[in-house]
Amino acid sequence: MRDFSYLRADTADAARQAGALPGAMLLAGGTTLIDLAKCGVAEPETVVDISHLKGLDGISVDGAGATIGALAKMSHVADHADIKSRFPAVSEALWQAASAQLRNMATIGGNLMQRTRCPYFRDPANFPACNKRSPGSGCSAIGGVTRGHAVLGTSEACIATYPGDLTVALVAFDATVHLGERQLAVDDFFLLPGATPEREHAIEPGEMITAISIPASAAARRSTYLKVRDRQSYEFAAASAAVGIEFEADGRTIRDLRVALGGVATKPWRARAVEEALKGKLLEPDAVRRASLLAVEGAVDHGANHYKIELAPRVVARAILKIGETA
Amino acid sequence: MTVHELRTRPADSKRGDASDGGALAGQVGGRLSRVDGPAKITGAAKYAVEQQLDGLSHAVLVESTIAAGRVRSIDTAAAQAAPGVLKVLTPDNALRLNTATDWLGTPPPDVPYCPLARDITFSGQHVAAVVAESFEQAVAAAALVKVSYDEAPVIADLSDAKAGDGIPVDAMTKEWGDAEAAFAAAPVRICAAYNTPREYQAPMEPHGLIAQWQGDQLTVWEPSQWLDGMARTYAEWFGVPFENVRLVSPYIGGGFGSKAFAYGYGAVAAMAAKMLGRPVKLAVTRPQTFTAYGGRAATRQTVALGANAEGQIQSIVHRGVNETSVDGMWVEPLGSVTSIMYATPNFSSRQNVVRVNSVVPGALRAPGENPSAFGIECAIDELAYEVGIDPLEIRLRNYAEQDPEAKKPWSTRQLREAFAAGAEAFGWSKRSPEPRSMRDGNQLIGWGVAAGTYPVRRAYGEAVVRILADGSVEVESSSIDMGQGTYTILAQTAAETLGVPADNVVVKLGDSRYARAGVTGGSRLAGVMTGAVHKAATAALDQLVGLAISDPRSPFHALQPNTLVVTEGRISSPRGDGPDVPIAELLGSVGRDRIEAKGDTMPANSTPEERYKNYTTIAMALPHTEGDYSRHSWCAHFIEVRVDEDFGTVRVSRVVSALDSGRLYNPKLAESQWKGGIIMGIGQALLEEGIVDRRHGRIVNNNLADYLIATNADIPDIEVISVGIPDPHSSALGGKGVGELGIVGVAPAIANAVFHATGMRVRDLPITLEKLI
Repeated sequence: MRDFSYLRADTADAARQAGALPGAMLLAGGTTLIDLAKCGVAEPETVVDISHLKGLDGISVDGAGATIGALAKMSHVADHADIKSRFPAVSEALWQAASAQLRNMATIGGNLMQRTRCPYFRDPANFPACNKRSPGSGCSAIGGVTRGHAVLGTSEACIATYPGDLTVALVAFDATVHLGERQLAVDDFFLLPGATPEREHAIEPGEMITAISIPASAAARRSTYLKVRDRQSYEFAAASAAVGIEFEADGRTIRDLRVALGGVATKPWRARAVEEALKGKLLEPDAVRRASLLAVEGAVDHGANHYKIELAPRVVARAILKIGETA
Repeated sequence: MTVHELRTRPADSKRGDASDGGALAGQVGGRLSRVDGPAKITGAAKYAVEQQLDGLSHAVLVESTIAAGRVRSIDTAAAQAAPGVLKVLTPDNALRLNTATDWLGTPPPDVPYCPLARDITFSGQHVAAVVAESFEQAVAAAALVKVSYDEAPVIADLSDAKAGDGIPVDAMTKEWGDAEAAFAAAPVRICAAYNTPREYQAPMEPHGLIAQWQGDQLTVWEPSQWLDGMARTYAEWFGVPFENVRLVSPYIGGGFGSKAFAYGYGAVAAMAAKMLGRPVKLAVTRPQTFTAYGGRAATRQTVALGANAEGQIQSIVHRGVNETSVDGMWVEPLGSVTSIMYATPNFSSRQNVVRVNSVVPGALRAPGENPSAFGIECAIDELAYEVGIDPLEIRLRNYAEQDPEAKKPWSTRQLREAFAAGAEAFGWSKRSPEPRSMRDGNQLIGWGVAAGTYPVRRAYGEAVVRILADGSVEVESSSIDMGQGTYTILAQTAAETLGVPADNVVVKLGDSRYARAGVTGGSRLAGVMTGAVHKAATAALDQLVGLAISDPRSPFHALQPNTLVVTEGRISSPRGDGPDVPIAELLGSVGRDRIEAKGDTMPANSTPEERYKNYTTIAMALPHTEGDYSRHSWCAHFIEVRVDEDFGTVRVSRVVSALDSGRLYNPKLAESQWKGGIIMGIGQALLEEGIVDRRHGRIVNNNLADYLIATNADIPDIEVISVGIPDPHSSALGGKGVGELGIVGVAPAIANAVFHATGMRVRDLPITLEKLI
């Protein structure tokens, strides 16, 4: 039997200290860690249970924005009245993620740490080569089954898709990850695979996510999350978009636009080119569709995932038009 | 466009069930709720691997990580030394088992059988197993078994260039007229290829077993669709008498064809139990359910239809291929619907099987009929557009008034009634014929129709019916209930026959010590077992009435009646002029603590060998065209889809299906089964596909997050309409098959609806979004 130590942290500091031990992993909702341990990907020496830490599950929303504790459950955040009214894209992204059972267990901090569904990453017994799992061993996905793999942000070392929904909305609205004292923009928290796909987050040993914060904005208040997927529920995105919009006083000219993509990239993907192309312009369907093509600038496919390059701009355009045309 | 000859139900037609207004819930045809429901909902129902046994040990399989080649060596040292390990099984120390008779009754070759492979023919093959005190110890030790291989080139799937054209299966050839010539001469011709991928049964309860030896007696707790068949296999593997093996399977969390046979992992567990002298549990993991036994074979069909300008079919030329394994043979009969659905003077169907590096495929709900219907029911839809007539109208113009293949009349064929009832409930007459002509915002709307069918498979069964001292009734049978409702309909049958309330009847199933039954598959069980229980219950009733008439201690003795009646558990004379006593009181007064009768439906002169063969193989099953009639269930599905024009996503928004399963023994349960089949059909059409890494010959989506089955959100309200009438040629009580029927025709109805919505014909399942954008 594979033994590991189980430590139950009573304070955030104790959790950080224990988390710095070699081979230590934090356990919150467990929906990622237990799953990965069962398929042989996660093999922690020490499991540090932070699920009982006090004061980390709060959700507060005021004029400046929202602050969400790392241990808040996905379902609680999704159902929070002020999140729904001021950050609808955040609530919608959560509602459309995973299943009801998983959302009731999974935490926001853990959600940020969820890992790819690349089938090669998840099957070490049959596919020893995986640069994400074993740096330098190669990539089994390239040349294999790639229907779900990324078309943006890939490298020769890794084409694994970032699977989450929530962070797509967080990236769109410039959210910040709180690692205790240190703070990082969510966009900077997630790393491109480059030559080091094993390193997915800019988090250091001994650090722990304590909260996320989302600044209030008019675009966040008028936002949506559109998720296109093969199956209607309990399914990862084929392509998704978090979009927020703010109009000038005329109600037609775009003052601020936020666009981020999910299901198509190796990290939650902010599409600034689309935003810049439409800011200051009138909301017109043709212009929106043309600008949305910029969302997949530089995309590279691996055959079976080519459809994502076609699909993603259509999802972006639909989301912009949907949120722009509804008062 | 007129739709001719549609008939709705005549006012005087009887279905023989609660819809006639007569049947009480507790009688045959009544809408009694599942009697096993409360035990399942409360968790009281104990499934096979939940049994608690003293000294239980745990086996975990080690699987091949290559798809073709040979095991060079297995290093078990680290696993042997791991904590808690009791045994590491490899081909080197495995017991020598015998090869068992197959399900068709084919005598086995006299060669030893080893469930652990040296020659590797597919990825995920069992090569070793570790048995330990705990499951976790066995899992950890299994990971320490080091297997080295000599790899050989992989034939990944049907499309692999190395796979070739395959082996002709002559038994599948069906020919009449001159199909090729008639096709060439037909004024209207269509020809297209239709493909279905590997699909899996994905039952909620994964497979697994607990095996325990006591001397040379083996008890196996294992979910089973066929206790006697599996008991025979275990007995032959281990060279013990059939009677020495007891299979126990009172509850089954879904089978869909996958739980009818003992598989290699069962041999591993029973072998380990024998070697260790301890009970062994082996729980197949969800990923292993994709390789420990086979799902539906991938198929490829070419359908050529030649017709006249009015859409009347002149010729059907059909060629099919299904994949099978390197060392096993599975034939998915692809011409089974093609040859009977429509009248045609010229017909040709041939089929090959292609060997690929996969586990041998197996049965999955309506094997054969399901992919066969996908081919012919899409093809006739294509012909309808080619000719320019309504897809429902073309089906009626080509309606087969008798079995075109067997040239015999149908026993019953309420397909025309199904088309009529379904079309009316769906509103088919409001359909706009042009593709892409119906929309709702970004959603393109399409309406499709397709028919389905499944043959009536008949066999023999036996049952014991016991009337106990307290007046309650026991029914015993080694048949099973995997969710379809056997417990319930047998209680209804016994209750009605004996004249007792259904809640006074206890049905005991799922133990091979009970009266024998054949396979629960091919939608045959309800027809077989209601007949057997009816016979046994009638015999018990005769005994009861005989006692009441003849026993001097009976309160009826003085009356000297010719007969007595039993209603609501009380015995009285038909004229009502004598005593009226509860069964318990009568049994008490005549000094009996029980009445027991065994009934079986085998021909009276059957030999013991024939009986054994009937219950442990399918060799005694009666062909559906035996005698004067051709017997089948029929259905018509009317389906609406919504296709997002930008995203290509297809969602089913409405289903109306009209089905002819003959008489329904319990309409509520039959409707549930039909709906279950339709739901599986929606998954098949839109989601399900075993995805093969063609370099490694391995299924990479071997879990329920990545192998997509339909969720509730994918399923709209489904309306099912029974159009069946009692069919005396199909079963003792007039029913035809239910369980397989519902899925047949769903996928083509959806594909046809997608064409109507988009103008795009997708002939490869599943219909995923990239095929439409």
